[in-house]
Amino acid sequence: MKARKLLMAIAVAASLVFLAGQVMAEPITINWWHAMKGARGKVVDNMIKAFNDSQPDYKVVGTYKGNYDETVNAGVAAYRAKKQPHLLQSFEVGTQTMMLSGAIYPVYKLMNDEEYNINWKGYLQPVLSYYMNANGDLMSMPFNSSTPVMYYNVDLFKKAGLPMLDKTKPVTWDELGEITAKLVKSGVPGGMVTGWQSWTQVENYSAIHNIAFASKSNGYEGLDCELLINNPTVVKHVAMLKEWMKDGRFFYGGQKFQGPKAEFIAQNAGVYIDSISGIAKLKKAVKDFKWDVAPMPVESWMKEPQNSIIGGASLWVFNGHDKEDYKGVAAFMKHLGRQDMQIYWHKQTGYFPITLAAYDQLKKDGYYNEQPYQEVGIKQLTRKVPTKVSRGLRLGYFIQIRNIINEELELVWNDTKTPQEAMDSAVKRSNKQLREFEKIYQ
Amino acid sequence: MWGKRCFAKSETMIKRSVFSSRTLPYLLILPQIVVTLAFFYWPAAQGLVQSLMRSDPFGQHSTFIWFTNFTALFTDPLYLKSIGITLFFSMSVATVSISTGLFVATMANRALKAKAVVRTLLIWPYAVAPAISGILWLFLLHPSYGVIALAIKRWFGVDWNPVLRGSDAMFMIIMASAWKQISYNFVFFIAGLQAIPKSLIEAAAIDGASPFRRFWTITVPLLSPTLFFVTVMNIIYSFFETFGVVHMMTQGGPGGATNILVYKVYQDGFIGLNMGGSAAQSIVLMTLIIAVTLFQFKYVEKKVQYAG
Repeated sequence: MKARKLLMAIAVAASLVFLAGQVMAEPITINWWHAMKGARGKVVDNMIKAFNDSQPDYKVVGTYKGNYDETVNAGVAAYRAKKQPHLLQSFEVGTQTMMLSGAIYPVYKLMNDEEYNINWKGYLQPVLSYYMNANGDLMSMPFNSSTPVMYYNVDLFKKAGLPMLDKTKPVTWDELGEITAKLVKSGVPGGMVTGWQSWTQVENYSAIHNIAFASKSNGYEGLDCELLINNPTVVKHVAMLKEWMKDGRFFYGGQKFQGPKAEFIAQNAGVYIDSISGIAKLKKAVKDFKWDVAPMPVESWMKEPQNSIIGGASLWVFNGHDKEDYKGVAAFMKHLGRQDMQIYWHKQTGYFPITLAAYDQLKKDGYYNEQPYQEVGIKQLTRKVPTKVSRGLRLGYFIQIRNIINEELELVWNDTKTPQEAMDSAVKRSNKQLREFEKIYQ
Repeated sequence: MWGKRCFAKSETMIKRSVFSSRTLPYLLILPQIVVTLAFFYWPAAQGLVQSLMRSDPFGQHSTFIWFTNFTALFTDPLYLKSIGITLFFSMSVATVSISTGLFVATMANRALKAKAVVRTLLIWPYAVAPAISGILWLFLLHPSYGVIALAIKRWFGVDWNPVLRGSDAMFMIIMASAWKQISYNFVFFIAGLQAIPKSLIEAAAIDGASPFRRFWTITVPLLSPTLFFVTVMNIIYSFFETFGVVHMMTQGGPGGATNILVYKVYQDGFIGLNMGGSAAQSIVLMTLIIAVTLFQFKYVEKKVQYAG
């Protein structure tokens, strides 16, 4: 009888120890929903694996949730069902919605609470500033960031007797007008095309020329902001492009990148403005001509052009998880900012390294001598300290606003409206959206 | 007394199964009711509630605002324009796909050698999803890389540009949407045509009626139930399922020229995360489609001849 009791006790104790051991060995799972597929998805997986292998306490699980819209919607639905992941990748236009959602744990606060002393000064400021609140606190961790640049067809330039463009000093729009005129004269069907017209020709155009896109410092300082893109400078720029359309110096290839890119690859256009992340795609697709990269054009009166602004996405931390989990999230954030991770990310995807240390290391290693394309974007982004109107855009319903701008620009291109009418209408319609958005958070 | 006798009489004629239990029938249809309630009525009710609210996507800030979302919609000239675009689009899709479907069916109904093969081939496009149909047509008609677009631009000098011109874009999505639906209509028309007695047509032919007259006075009236059904289905199709075509081909552009209602709901709700506004739009869309269907049943169906 006694022996049996003893045996039982030993068995219970053994199983308890075993259980406890299991609990200790089981790492805490951190879920990260992202929108990176294909080659980029693999890079993300490798970065996660590096983190998981480096420590035993946390296991990050990355899940591809579709494109940006689908990923954000998955996050929204999950949060409503109280099944939110720890980390969500959200695109830059969704910044205001995420920031005001009440569903997030700001990154600066998380890193402070977990006592990571991060030197934010060591990051690329134009990237960070897009995701900071009005006080300069970082709300989400920048992840994949790009900026628009100008691609041009080297062979067609040579044929037209044009000199190659500088990689640091931008050409002026007037010069580009002459360049595209010569291209057309030499027999190229069209001069210039642009992808993402709202982003490149209105948002970035405004930032580079230090013109406010919206009042209240582009919306950073209040929800009661209004769009200002019907100002004479922007209207004049749109009018110029419209003028260029008459003799083929500019033509419209569609809102996104597919159409314009196809025109550039088919050599129907000698100049193509699009995101720096297009380098990888062009390298793969272009076989029969040489091309190069130059910074975005600037107006001749702008002697010292401002930084361009970024596109891409950042990582948001959802609230509502255990304290223990957040320790892991913070450790993972720290891991992503590591120099080797940033260098790996930049080399594999073409998105910017977000720390200056990584950038300096890449320079030291001579990476940009081998890959001179890549540096054009970084130099353009970091050429000046961002001002209040070049650091980014903080607008509610920004997706709708971009849509409106795209629509109104199309109405200019197809002769339905004059540039002034279109920009006035874009402002009026966007302001209506901004007021709607403002009411939600009153 | 009379009724009872009649009942008894009919009972001797047709074998009937009558449930003795009152609850059993309800129990048997319960699964269907549960499915309908859970997947149709509940979301519709949710949509109705959402359409009366102003809320952020995460559901942290919600205010009840009565019908403000609806008044905002109907005072927005662009929304009214979108209604017009949708009506034009769905009428065009229905007309093109029904007339072509009927034409092809009449042709295929004749004695052909490879009848079975031809019919099977004609049915195939129906198996193509709208989004795929959109991509296929885009490869043909996109001004930058479309095969046909490049050909007509180069050889015929047609200034084709759906990326820039609204009418071209509208034509493009009508073609892509109607193409797929032609097969669907074809299947129903060919079945309908086969149900028409040959003797009627032969008699008319002997009386000297021309092929067109025989078609118009015999085939069409006898085909009217099919025609009616197909019209309802085509309109519903062009209202909702054409989303994939628009999404792939034009994304509502250029300048909003192809922004049909169902695409606008998606853009405002799913992409733009404006929950209240897009819920209100869905309610309007739902009401509109109920109205169209009721109208068709009430007025068009009266003219339909089911006999034959």
